[in-house]
Amino acid sequence: MTDQHPDTAPWSEPDTRPAPAAVTPADAADAARLVSFGLQPKLQPARDAEYTELLRRYREDAPFARLADAVATGLGLVVLEVSPRAGMAVTAAEDSVFAVRMGDYARRASSDAGDRFLHGLAHLAVAALAFPRPEDLADDAYIGRVTVNGVDAFVRQACSRLEERAEEQGENTDPASEAPGLEAAWRIWARRSSTGATKDARRLAGSTTGIVGKAVAFLTDSGFLQRTGDDSGGTYRTTARYQLQVRDMAGGAAMAELLDLGIVPVTDGSASLLSAEAEGDLELAEGAGLPFHADERS
Amino acid sequence: MTAPAPANAVPSPAPGPAADEGLARRLRALACTAPLHDLDTRKANLAGEYSVYAMAEVALSAIDLVTLNMDFDTGADHDQIVARLVPRIAAQAPGRPSAEHERVARWVLENLINVGSVDRGFRAVYGTFGPDGTYVRRDYDFKLIEEVPGYGGGVYLRTTDEAVNVLVGALDTDVTSAQIAAEVKLEVLISRGRLADAQLAAEQARYRTVQYSETLRRALDATRRNVRAVDWLEAVPDMIAEALDHVADRYRHENAILTNIRKARDEAEAGSDAKAGEHKRRAAELVDIVKDCIRRHTQLQSRLLEAGPLFRAEQDRQAFAPPAARAGLDLYGQLVAPVLPLPVEQALRVTDAFFARGVGLRTPSAVRVGDLVDLLLTPPLEREHLGAEMPEPDLVATPDDSRFSEEQLAAAMELLDLEHDAPRRLSGLLAEARRADPELPYLVALLAVHAASPPVGTAYRQGEPKLLFAVDDGAELDDPEFGGADLIVGTALLDAVGMAADRTEAA
Repeated sequence: MTDQHPDTAPWSEPDTRPAPAAVTPADAADAARLVSFGLQPKLQPARDAEYTELLRRYREDAPFARLADAVATGLGLVVLEVSPRAGMAVTAAEDSVFAVRMGDYARRASSDAGDRFLHGLAHLAVAALAFPRPEDLADDAYIGRVTVNGVDAFVRQACSRLEERAEEQGENTDPASEAPGLEAAWRIWARRSSTGATKDARRLAGSTTGIVGKAVAFLTDSGFLQRTGDDSGGTYRTTARYQLQVRDMAGGAAMAELLDLGIVPVTDGSASLLSAEAEGDLELAEGAGLPFHADERS
Repeated sequence: MTAPAPANAVPSPAPGPAADEGLARRLRALACTAPLHDLDTRKANLAGEYSVYAMAEVALSAIDLVTLNMDFDTGADHDQIVARLVPRIAAQAPGRPSAEHERVARWVLENLINVGSVDRGFRAVYGTFGPDGTYVRRDYDFKLIEEVPGYGGGVYLRTTDEAVNVLVGALDTDVTSAQIAAEVKLEVLISRGRLADAQLAAEQARYRTVQYSETLRRALDATRRNVRAVDWLEAVPDMIAEALDHVADRYRHENAILTNIRKARDEAEAGSDAKAGEHKRRAAELVDIVKDCIRRHTQLQSRLLEAGPLFRAEQDRQAFAPPAARAGLDLYGQLVAPVLPLPVEQALRVTDAFFARGVGLRTPSAVRVGDLVDLLLTPPLEREHLGAEMPEPDLVATPDDSRFSEEQLAAAMELLDLEHDAPRRLSGLLAEARRADPELPYLVALLAVHAASPPVGTAYRQGEPKLLFAVDDGAELDDPEFGGADLIVGTALLDAVGMAADRTEAA
């Protein structure tokens, strides 16, 4: 509909023309209802007819979409995507009542910087392992898989690599006793035990697998992961919402913080750690003592 | 004349960075032994009279046990280690109850893990001089025994490199060369018949084998996680080739050693004096150790062979997928990797930012007083301690479908209960059986045929006084129902006393 004022004014009927665009209380209720669906992250849009219908309306009815967006914004929510696969994907804005605070998440984390770091790193590592390559994060159809023990082992591996590098360079990485804040971050993870026996056969909460386990359980409750099995401390797969959250919110925010610290990670957009040419060619392994490659060729 | 190098105007308090580093390394090595001394100091604080136990000895033997029981995939089982520790503890104080021995074992093991601390590790403080001559106190964190997740959610124990250093000493040399040296030494020692020394060398070789497979396990784990995170161009193929060579080499070597020791053992068997007996025992122990080494190498080899197919499968999945239209954020390369080396103060800012926006939202729960009252007044749910009730098993009597009855068996056994000096022909026995019962000859024939291959080993183990046997001397059986050889069936008397003596000696 075009701008009404130039032609409505001469007819002096200013209140009849905008009628189709007017917001009725029923529309507001529907918009709020859609946002409330979005606040139940574990709800699958395909499982609920009303949710599906509201999603369709959001996509087809632009004023309704703006209304729903406004409701979300008013509640302190950020709309990431509205689609049949992700549903009404909303997340909490910084000071919203829906935001999760570290102190509520883990009690020790509010007093102990080391614990706070471990919990944060656990979340970062889960995301990094769920989307190991930049393509995986960009590809909407990608479903990542993570295991609790796998995440822990992955971070440990990265830590031990840093340890080796420090040793090669003859650095003494033992932190000064007076300045614990200057301890290299990887050491905190490396020195925490990865698991521990407890009296009631549960995972030791303070161990790194305990911390990762807490992270994935929390993400599961957020509708970001789905538990698929019990192997390796628990296996999970990602949902569309998690991908959106990491791609559009968390990744960028963490990157901004990193840049703010004056650290500019330089990559060529390909996967981490290694040059892209290094992999992807069987010939490279030939003659390196791997009999199975030779067999395959003959 | 050239200008002299600027001399140190102020004498540096540090003896030079190299010496200081050496000092730091020794201080760290010293720190690793501290928890063991600490055990003996703190045993006085335990409720009860525990000074009789040598805790450091128990601790060292615990580290020993965990190291030897560490497997390729998992570590050592907690309870198993305790069970194996108990005999040594019991030997230290034979008069004490076994529950106390177990308590000591658990106490030592828990202290080696350092269960009380949040990191489950130890921390020692030492000082070094910085490059500018300032004295800096540093924290050295280490673990002796660590707990690792195993299959099925179990927790296993592994010894750390620090612990292995405490145990065997100076093991952080090149693993391969150390191993070769140990093997050569072992061979020389065996050829000279110095088995006591050879055993020590073999045990050290086994520690090195364990350490080697540990290094490989970590590398293969990384491969499994992320193809691109591992250098498949050079590092991994080189490592696999090296490891395969190593396995082949060691396998050949150890088989040669095994043959040698066996020879030594069997030669020792010829002699009968006490010294030869000791020799024999040592050789037998050596055989066990080397066999264990071979087993570990075989395990390592099978892991190595799995690596290639795994790489190709992962590569198919990751590298041959159509490229994405837009480039995403490289979470590892652009976030995790740069964050880890940062000081924790700075790293916190990044992880906090990620956490704040990455965990999703929680809808705050609004409490109503009415609900609260209900909630507080609801009696707690009774936990089912015993689980669901077991259904009464429905037992069905199985029909007795034996070919022969108990009475028939008794009759046959009576018939075959022959005097040891009067064996009989099978034909005669069959005829006699047929007179009593037409079915009986079948049972007698069956028992006689079994007696043709008498269970000598079982009779020996069980200390039976006599044994039924049957011998074929070529005579043909002339019988209306059976054909074959007319066996001579007799009873052999066994030397029960001699056998019993033999058994105790063997044990």
